Amino acid sequence: MSDVGELTVTLLRFGFLILLWILVLSTVGALRRDLVVGRRNRVGTPTAREVRRNPELVEQPAPVRTAARQLVVTEGPLAGTVLELAASPILLGRAQESSLVLEDDYASGRHARLFPQGSRWFIEDLGSTNGTYLGGQQLTRALPVEPGVPIRIGKTVIELRP
Amino acid sequence: MSDVLTVPRSRRTVEFFLLLLALVVGVGANYLANLGRGEPVDDYLLSVALTLGLMGLFVHVILRFRAKYADPVILPIVVALNGIGLAMIHRLDLSAVAVNPDFTPVAPQQVLWTIVAVGAAAALLILLRDHRLLPRFTYTSLVVSAILLLLPLMPPPIGLEINGARIWISVGFGTFQPGEIAKITLAIFFAGYLSTNRDLILLAGKKIGPLQLPRFRDLAPMAAAWVVSIGVLIFQRDLGSSILFFGLFMVMIYVATSRVSWVLIGLAMIAVGVFVALELFSHVALRFDSWINAFDPEVYNRTPGGSGQVVQGLFGLADGGLLGTGLGGGRPDLVTYANSDMIIAALGEELGLIGIVAIVMLYVILVSRGIRAALGTKDGFGKLLACGLSFTIALQCFVVIGGITRLIPLTGLTTPFMSAGGSSLLANWLIVALLLLISETARRPTVSAPMKNSFPEPVGVTGKLGRTRSAKGARG
Repeated sequence: MSDVGELTVTLLRFGFLILLWILVLSTVGALRRDLVVGRRNRVGTPTAREVRRNPELVEQPAPVRTAARQLVVTEGPLAGTVLELAASPILLGRAQESSLVLEDDYASGRHARLFPQGSRWFIEDLGSTNGTYLGGQQLTRALPVEPGVPIRIGKTVIELRP
Repeated sequence: MSDVLTVPRSRRTVEFFLLLLALVVGVGANYLANLGRGEPVDDYLLSVALTLGLMGLFVHVILRFRAKYADPVILPIVVALNGIGLAMIHRLDLSAVAVNPDFTPVAPQQVLWTIVAVGAAAALLILLRDHRLLPRFTYTSLVVSAILLLLPLMPPPIGLEINGARIWISVGFGTFQPGEIAKITLAIFFAGYLSTNRDLILLAGKKIGPLQLPRFRDLAPMAAAWVVSIGVLIFQRDLGSSILFFGLFMVMIYVATSRVSWVLIGLAMIAVGVFVALELFSHVALRFDSWINAFDPEVYNRTPGGSGQVVQGLFGLADGGLLGTGLGGGRPDLVTYANSDMIIAALGEELGLIGIVAIVMLYVILVSRGIRAALGTKDGFGKLLACGLSFTIALQCFVVIGGITRLIPLTGLTTPFMSAGGSSLLANWLIVALLLLISETARRPTVSAPMKNSFPEPVGVTGKLGRTRSAKGARG
């Protein structure tokens, strides 16, 4: 030990081990916020400065949406039928296992599917021959359905009601 | 509804402070090594401090501009590990020079390799920008992997045989292990292949009991991976790399398909491979023997294939105890290959259990950050690649530390970022660059609220609906 005392070397030795662990612990500390997987971790309300920098932080109040509770057939052979909506998806088509069996030559066996996601119901065409129309537009992919918007399948028109 | 509920922090400032801490650890280790060996502060120490400091800050600045939201802890961890590795290599140099004045120090070369490796990682960060460009090179990287694996088998001017293993090539100024780079290109190939053919592999196949067996033709890539690993084992006589390649493939196919049957088939294939290797290759059989009967005097003194190396390492670890002898205070130089294969034993001796656990923790955090990037990124290719790459680091650590502590037979793999050897350092820094890029896509806040764009606003009660109603009215 050239010019440094034995004690200093020992202290530095232990100091280094402590330093190593400080690095480990501060690394873990830096990750605290990140430990939630898949869920958005909300950290308090943004300060005025953060809002100025990131205007999208101010949450617009979510539009008041009434959850749909019923499915009503408004047109077609089954007109007047009412189906209570639960949390499970609904299969529409001519097939016997469908939730709503459509007696309609223009409907396919497994025609379309209504499924809940979040607070909304979505409709998805299952590759039917004649297509599914939401408010007059042919479906090309799953779209959200608002109560009162007609869904046309062949001769049948259904609607969600709150 | 905005999807970004938290402030999108780039966390580069956190990275900066952690990097400073990591630099203190890395340079401090080198200083303590000098101090422990009674050497003054010399030019070498200065060169290490400058290299680590400048290169670390260089990558940090690049991240600030090119990958603003990349993971903040990966870079500091890697810089700290690299610095500790340099310190131990330098410390062993000092011991070796004391015994034999003609000894050429390894550490200065390792410092140069550090500059090259960090430079390559920085270049990759700048040039690639987005890992989603990589799937284009799926089959190119397969070809590149094959070339890299075949290069060491070329006749002597290119391929070199060192200690019975043919994994080196000579590149003018030194030697290089192309297999280290091949693990990256193979990971890119597997990720590209599996992310495109995943559904096919998943859906086809017979179901027997709880297991869904894959179709025979879907087994082809697995068979290819097996052939590659066995080929590496037979022709290059490198058990470590062959375990690494096959393990990489197994993990990636399991992550891609979440099918246990694949893992079982893979384990069966490994069992066959190990059995064949035990029967055919004396060096594998000797490895097993010197693992099980390590403390047998006959096995200990046997050359070649004795257990002297691993037992000396264990003695060193025992000497270190809880607190270690302090850098420069022990005799890790008694172990052969103390600065490459056995560097963990050397560190365990001088930093003690407390120090070595901290180092293992750093690896654990690094690997977990890689997996976190895989969870966060949205594209299948990036998920598989990040998983595969972080797994190679994890598997290397397991094989090396497990071998040194006699949990499994000792195989010659490098300890990522610490072992002396340029190719391993280069490959691992490139892996870090890829993980940083993937973590950037995982953490970058989406520019606009995605829910608004992915689903167009529902068709209103007005407009088209009104038309349908009036049409209905006209009809009625």
